[in-house]
Amino acid sequence: MALTYTSGEQVEVYRFGIPATIFIPLTAVFLQAWLPLRLPFFSIFDLPLLVTISFAIARRSQMAGIFTGALIGIFQDALTHQPIGLYGISKTVVGFGASSLGIKLDVENAGARLLLTLVFYVVHEVVYFTMHGLVGQHVQWSWAHELGSAVANAVLGVFLYALLDRLKQRT
Amino acid sequence: METVLGRYRNLIVLVGVLFVQVLGLAVQVKRTSDSDSSRLIRVWAVGAISPLEKALVWTQNSSGNLWHNYLYLRGVRAENRDLKQQVEQMRIEQVRLSQDADQARRLQALLAFKEQFISKTMAAQVIGSTGSEQSRGVYLDKGEKDGIKPDMAVITADGVVGKVLRVYRSSSLVLLISDQTSGVGAILEKSRLQGILRGMPSGEVGVERVMSDEDVPAGEMVLTSGGDRIFPKGLVIGKVTQVTKGGDFFLNIRVSPSANLSKLEEVLIVTKIDERQAQPEPTGPSRAADILAERLPTVPPKAPDAAAAKPSGTAPQAGSAADGKPAPPKPKATAAAGGAVAPASRKVISPTPSGGTVAPGAGSDAATAPPKVTKPPADSTPQTPPQDPPQ
Repeated sequence: MALTYTSGEQVEVYRFGIPATIFIPLTAVFLQAWLPLRLPFFSIFDLPLLVTISFAIARRSQMAGIFTGALIGIFQDALTHQPIGLYGISKTVVGFGASSLGIKLDVENAGARLLLTLVFYVVHEVVYFTMHGLVGQHVQWSWAHELGSAVANAVLGVFLYALLDRLKQRT
Repeated sequence: METVLGRYRNLIVLVGVLFVQVLGLAVQVKRTSDSDSSRLIRVWAVGAISPLEKALVWTQNSSGNLWHNYLYLRGVRAENRDLKQQVEQMRIEQVRLSQDADQARRLQALLAFKEQFISKTMAAQVIGSTGSEQSRGVYLDKGEKDGIKPDMAVITADGVVGKVLRVYRSSSLVLLISDQTSGVGAILEKSRLQGILRGMPSGEVGVERVMSDEDVPAGEMVLTSGGDRIFPKGLVIGKVTQVTKGGDFFLNIRVSPSANLSKLEEVLIVTKIDERQAQPEPTGPSRAADILAERLPTVPPKAPDAAAAKPSGTAPQAGSAADGKPAPPKPKATAAAGGAVAPASRKVISPTPSGGTVAPGAGSDAATAPPKVTKPPADSTPQTPPQDPPQ
């Protein structure tokens, strides 16, 4: 696993075109809402989170990570019956964290991405459940379930990042 | 100062974005109704996603219908035969149930009970979900323009699904009973214990607030109690699968929902619930055997002049005339204990097991016809004291 520490100048910085920037998050939220109807097990995945991480580590810009995470999260919130901001805050934190790591570390290989997604999934869930508690909506935390979901998301993330790599452009 | 701001610019932006969102959350939580504060964002998001979902569901259904209705018809004949047998069995069951229902209505009328019943439903297609494990809900393709309103019950033929939570112009969000924030008034079918049905983090549902000293067997049906004023009383929710003692004074009752909540396709939205005082059927009580007897073949009715020539008290005419004219009014029965009509003519009238009468060969035109079965008129039923209530 090559998780190397590099300087800001050494790592590659990418960007996504405007159509990809708009349609990839839209598609992720759409699939997240539609696929569980046909494949009930799919609800353990969080495609918008994977897209947030992918965008953040590719762009390596904290500002972009913050706003990408916030917008995708709020969009996802709007489809649920919960107050808007729960996913927004969680994904803002993840976007900032992933882009910060992206600046410091070279996470281009599958092993590093797997580990990164695993960690950020747990971070996302911790923030999400904390915010749930703060707004007075008690939801039960299950470590087994969350870790299982983290592994599943990490594995899916590796394939998804490889797919999204084809759409990113070098700056 | 500028250096500090520049150095921590990203961190400041992060704190700012988080602060704005926390503020937004606080506003939403503080308001008792969240319909206004975040309505615009939700309308935009649903408006962006719903058309795609509708188009996809429509395409899927069209191709599915083409395949299943026109191309893949294997086994349809056998299925049709099975369904016909099932219909026959259900008809017999219906006779029994109608008798029970009528008895229940009479008892309810005596007690001045008000009953709720579903008087109007609207079929809707499930087009999407909330896509979150912590928010279990589905989107339907019917909305405000179809007359859907919040808090309408959503059901399937199998059981309760949930309630309408938010309504948009052409779609609506349904909160499933498996969501952790949902609550349905529930009653156990046999033990009549009442509780609250709630969703669990795992997606299962359970009945809360049933005392731990109660005996609840696995397999008992769970029905709606009607206490929540959303679901009419008596709808099937599911079946008890597991009962364990909880840490507090209550039982942990797991319920398997009758409706398959993970694979919903079409649902019914209850758009109108009527409430009225129970009234017994105006025709009076009827026995299962009487109703079955009505299904037996009958002889064609006699000509009006022949009927007029007979004195009153003969076997009453049942059914409609063979020539398509309505049957003449039934003559008043003269005797009637036991339900048998005392004949005043010379015809042989033999009592049937059902309490009705059989008049073979009522006329020349009926010589070859099967025996006619008549039912005693309602007013010939003996006035008996009310029976004991059902156990």
